[in-house]
Amino acid sequence: MDNILSVRGLKVDIPLAAGTLHAVRGIDFDLARGETLCIVGESGSGKSLTSLALMDLLPKRAQRTADVMDFAGIDLQKASNRQMRKLRGDRISMIFQEPMTSLNPSYTIGDQLTEALLLHRNVGKAKARERAIELLEKVGITAAASRLGQYPHQLSGGLRQRVMIAMALMGEPDLIIADEPTTALDVTIQAQILRLLVDLQREMNMAMILITHDLGIVARVADKVAIMYAGEVVESGLSRDVFINPQHPYTRGLLRCIPVPGRTRPGEHLGSIPGIVPSLIGESVGCAFRGRCDVPNDACGGDIPQRFDKTGHFYRCVHNNAQPEVRP
Amino acid sequence: MLVFTLKKLGLALLVALAVSMLSFALLYLSGDPAAAIAGETASDSDIEAIRIFYGFDRPLLVQYGEWLFNAVRGDFGQSYYFQLPVGQLIADRLSVTMILGVCGITFALLTAVPLGVAAAVRPNSLIDRVALFISVMGQAMPSFWFGLVLIVIFSIQFQILPPSGSESWRHFVMPTIVLGYYAMPGIMRLTRAGMLDVLSADYIRTARAKGASEMRVMFKHALRNAIIPVVSLAAVQMGFMLGGSIVVESIFALHGAGYLAWESIGRNDLPTVQALILIFSLFYIVFTFLSDLLNAWLDPRMRVG
Repeated sequence: MDNILSVRGLKVDIPLAAGTLHAVRGIDFDLARGETLCIVGESGSGKSLTSLALMDLLPKRAQRTADVMDFAGIDLQKASNRQMRKLRGDRISMIFQEPMTSLNPSYTIGDQLTEALLLHRNVGKAKARERAIELLEKVGITAAASRLGQYPHQLSGGLRQRVMIAMALMGEPDLIIADEPTTALDVTIQAQILRLLVDLQREMNMAMILITHDLGIVARVADKVAIMYAGEVVESGLSRDVFINPQHPYTRGLLRCIPVPGRTRPGEHLGSIPGIVPSLIGESVGCAFRGRCDVPNDACGGDIPQRFDKTGHFYRCVHNNAQPEVRP
Repeated sequence: MLVFTLKKLGLALLVALAVSMLSFALLYLSGDPAAAIAGETASDSDIEAIRIFYGFDRPLLVQYGEWLFNAVRGDFGQSYYFQLPVGQLIADRLSVTMILGVCGITFALLTAVPLGVAAAVRPNSLIDRVALFISVMGQAMPSFWFGLVLIVIFSIQFQILPPSGSESWRHFVMPTIVLGYYAMPGIMRLTRAGMLDVLSADYIRTARAKGASEMRVMFKHALRNAIIPVVSLAAVQMGFMLGGSIVVESIFALHGAGYLAWESIGRNDLPTVQALILIFSLFYIVFTFLSDLLNAWLDPRMRVG
């Protein structure tokens, strides 16, 4: 399959008074049309910065470097501000975590929905409105035409996130990046929104990067998974490989944290991973997870081998679970 | 929006009524008006005659009713000093003050808002520091001193602007700058603070993610939300400029309403003072009302009545 997005060695550094914060430490991934990649990690693991780095929307102080960052034949590192602006909202769109604050309170839903289309495409206002109504209906909003004149504060959180999704899909993008799109919503709404997002992604054959800390979501929608810890991808691969045959102790720890109906007995302790994410300021040697690992040994402080198998299942650990070490 | 407008209008009218009572009460709060008109050497019978002539012997409510009824029609009585109708006296002076006020606030807004935006876009940059310097200067310099400095430079040294009078637009250049510069720092600081706040909002990131240009992000998405407190401040400043430009009017010998108020207080010319207080207060009320409407137009969340 042809990859629409290829990233190699992506790094995000933030210079601080106390030293440089290496928020993202050289990560790799590929994504093809119609595929969903889930980036999983806890707060501060660098998953949101990764998505902002792709959009070139990092905070001003943050510096982005990469060996390869290729989107549909365009080198995102060499792209000018103008070229990036043309991609954003048209071929790459993004859905943010906070539907309550991600819409401009001063403009109507209609204005905000049509804005990207009017900016990027040579369409008239009437055409853009039609498209907006079509998409609002597609994301399951009733009385779509009358919603166009409403303001964000008149809509509930679930509706606003549907509007955000409709907004991201206005131009049928090739790539959609959803940064924890359901985190701020009620649990009952979360599943609906997620289902909707995945259905639309399949229907429009888009590539999707879904950023989440919820492994339950990953299991349902991901084709590929990348587990991030302290700015690194510690394990990645096809979703079923990672779930059935997790290799990295962190991944296994995360999976133990999920209650499985039928298997988790009442009263049984759920797993947890003690400790906190280490400081990301300055250079670090060895495995970043060794302080919280349940199987650490002396080798963890040295160079950590990167291991691959034939299916592309990758992990970074001193423990060899019957997979040869590969150094790319 | 209609309900909102009507509610605000009703409120404005109530405030105006309260202000009219206060400015009427002024007549009695400053002592016996008949004695004040008669002067220090008048006899008791003279004072009594004046009291009856001006109708001060009638019940207060009747006097207030008559005064309000006349005031609404623009008749504020006779000036004690000029022996002219107050309405006519003020109308002459008010045009000068209005021109000055409108020019002053326009100058302030046109300099303060772009400077505030520029400062917010690059905090702690050179432009931010220059903007801070300018605003601190404006805040610290008394208007009378700044006015005199301008006169020394532009009227005496270079002789390009007239130092006093109100005959042509050139007479208004320096007063506008002095008055506008006084209002500018507050507006600039508020614009900067508002922009800094708004620029870190999630919806600004959304606008960027749509591929909007920086200009569009700044002026369409950010400024509209950041400018709301500035509108309220500018309304108050505008009211202040129309009523309180006494210092500037005196320096440049612009015979405006502020100057008239100052003179009339000195002359104990109560009908004129009353009328001016009422008119200045009405300006505040009108500008507050307009700024409420403008803010409601800018921010739909304010449209709840």
